[in-house]
Amino acid sequence: MNAEVRSMKTAAEQALSAAFAAARDTLPGKGAVAALREDAFKRFDAKGLPHRRVEEWKYTDLRALMREAKPLAGPAGAKPKGDIEPVLTGVDANHTAIVNGRYEPAWSDFKDNDPGVSIVELFKFLADEPGYRLGETPGSGDPAHWLNTAFMSGGVALRVRRGAAPAKPIHIAYVFSGDAGAAAMYPRVVVIVEAGAQLTLIESFSGPEGVDYQVNSALELVIGDGARVDHIKVGCDGGAALRVSTLGVAVGAKANYKNFAFAVGGAVVRNQTFVRFGGEGSEGAIDGASLLKGRQHVDNTLVISHAVGHCMSRERFKSVLDGESHGIFQGKIIVEPHAQKTDGKMMTRALLLSDEAEADNKPELEIFADDVVCGHGATAGALDEGLRFYLMSRGIPAKEAEALLVQAFIGEVVEEIAHEGVRDALMFAALKWLGSR
Amino acid sequence: MALAVGQPLGRDGNLNRLIQVCEDEDVALLEIKNLHVEVEDKKILNGLTLTIEKGQVAAIMGPNGSGKSTLAYVLAGKDNYHVTEGDVLLDGKSILGMAPDERAAKGVFLAFQYPVEVPGVATMTFLRTALNAQRKTRGEPEFSTPEFMKRVRETSKLLGIDQEMLRRAVNVGFSGGEKKRNEILQMAVLEPRLAVLDETDSGLDIDALKIVSEGVNRLRSPERSMIVITHYQRLLEYIVPDVVHVMAKGRVVKSGGKELALELEATGYAQFADEAA
Repeated sequence: MNAEVRSMKTAAEQALSAAFAAARDTLPGKGAVAALREDAFKRFDAKGLPHRRVEEWKYTDLRALMREAKPLAGPAGAKPKGDIEPVLTGVDANHTAIVNGRYEPAWSDFKDNDPGVSIVELFKFLADEPGYRLGETPGSGDPAHWLNTAFMSGGVALRVRRGAAPAKPIHIAYVFSGDAGAAAMYPRVVVIVEAGAQLTLIESFSGPEGVDYQVNSALELVIGDGARVDHIKVGCDGGAALRVSTLGVAVGAKANYKNFAFAVGGAVVRNQTFVRFGGEGSEGAIDGASLLKGRQHVDNTLVISHAVGHCMSRERFKSVLDGESHGIFQGKIIVEPHAQKTDGKMMTRALLLSDEAEADNKPELEIFADDVVCGHGATAGALDEGLRFYLMSRGIPAKEAEALLVQAFIGEVVEEIAHEGVRDALMFAALKWLGSR
Repeated sequence: MALAVGQPLGRDGNLNRLIQVCEDEDVALLEIKNLHVEVEDKKILNGLTLTIEKGQVAAIMGPNGSGKSTLAYVLAGKDNYHVTEGDVLLDGKSILGMAPDERAAKGVFLAFQYPVEVPGVATMTFLRTALNAQRKTRGEPEFSTPEFMKRVRETSKLLGIDQEMLRRAVNVGFSGGEKKRNEILQMAVLEPRLAVLDETDSGLDIDALKIVSEGVNRLRSPERSMIVITHYQRLLEYIVPDVVHVMAKGRVVKSGGKELALELEATGYAQFADEAA
């Protein structure tokens, strides 16, 4: 008996095979890109959708959760009126739209013409810059990422040139337009922040409420020496959506990288983040807040690799779980041999507002160097009754007291967002969520 | 300005409350009738009967375990305090079926023996949320921000609470004395009709005790009653009560004037242990 023998393909896996066979000749990109696709699909096909016996996917059994593979999304229609991402209304940013998996300049609103910033369609970028090797950032060995590489339909490459510091955030909005029913989209984005440059990068995910569309997105971010990146991911997916997002970050020396993952939407969301510190003297903060209700399932999985010494990483995730929702946090800090003087700390807290909600926290440390400071902490629990009573004894009704306490709980991490406008927008979204309970 | 014609009777919405107070002149503010309370199946209050008149400051003294703090929590409406018999009437109406926030809106305030730390909620935000929630429940208009700020600033100054403390999260990192002063600040801002002070003197040095007592004394008025719970006579030198009740084994065993407190200081509580048994 060979334990590696694959069982019968699921309906979704069969549909993915058929879709790849049908689309492989029409998907964009030639030569090296086409070879990359073929290779990725071959790898995916051998393993299939990740399931509960794959340790990294233990809590998000994609084989069970993804019953069918939706057809590839068609072209976007005309841009609807209003802001592309209502949650970010009021945030002064340059907007780039990726609709149904393809870059849509007509939906974008990129006002500033900064010579230090360039945004081009992904496959044009790959054709123009054969020197850039796609898929070299960490996380590319993940089965969901293979699937993105096999089907990637479009996206952008954003480059911030050496020393440039665009004044406003750059917002990449992933939108599913839902014009022709449920479908799948596979956007891929490359972001290169050159040495000494600075960028506030916002990604947002949204789509229609009642449509069970699927998103498999991937972003690769290369941060040069001395560069500074504030990265905020806003998950406002439609209530029936399934989304898997893979982020791979390669951090240079003396750089600073901050990431904040905010999630309120989606039926099933897997947000996986792979960060590799490859140059000494860098700092990273990977934070997040999830507010879930109903039967939502949101999985934040992090792998932070310290390949060199003298770097500091902080991970702080908070989740508020109501209804029968399921919040998952898996965080792994890897300290490679010789990565001495690494300072890594991870903290995760779940606040359970209902008896049926579930929180799974899995922090892990893999340390192969001996002169390091690493630690992790995880808590899960209900609202403190003593606190609730104190607030109520002052005249604050139960719901309002809970809202105030939840706001304070979430606020502690949201306040870490440097950009004031984004911080306020997300706090407002959290308040709206609380108001809708 | 010799004449006070047209001067408001009470601060804005308090007019309605004043009228109500005048109408119910014959009813005591608080009547506790034969109250029996269990906590985790343990009987703590055992037929407690007590009346607090309008404007009265009543001290409740008693040994540890006599049920003083339980009484405070039951009045404020804490969960898991089961009333098995008896009633608590405010203005002649039972409050036992009311949630803590409804009781607060009716004018009940508890100054906690151990004030809770509320991380992430600034004291100012907390005060404004509480005050406006109470006013909303009573059908009164919300306070404007400048009006509210003025009120808090004036009171906090008198209590020696600096503005920096008001911006900090409620009680987080406060010293024991600061926490107690913060309780009195909340009381001053919320203007309750019945304030229950649960061992407000515990953990205070003499200077802090003076500041807190002065804060409490400033709030004494014909419209406000207070229950001052204390183990020691010391506090009552600063907050001089109208009446003193002695509790033992879950009921009031003796009542008298302020001199009763001094008497107790000399004789101790041992005599009551026998009486209640």
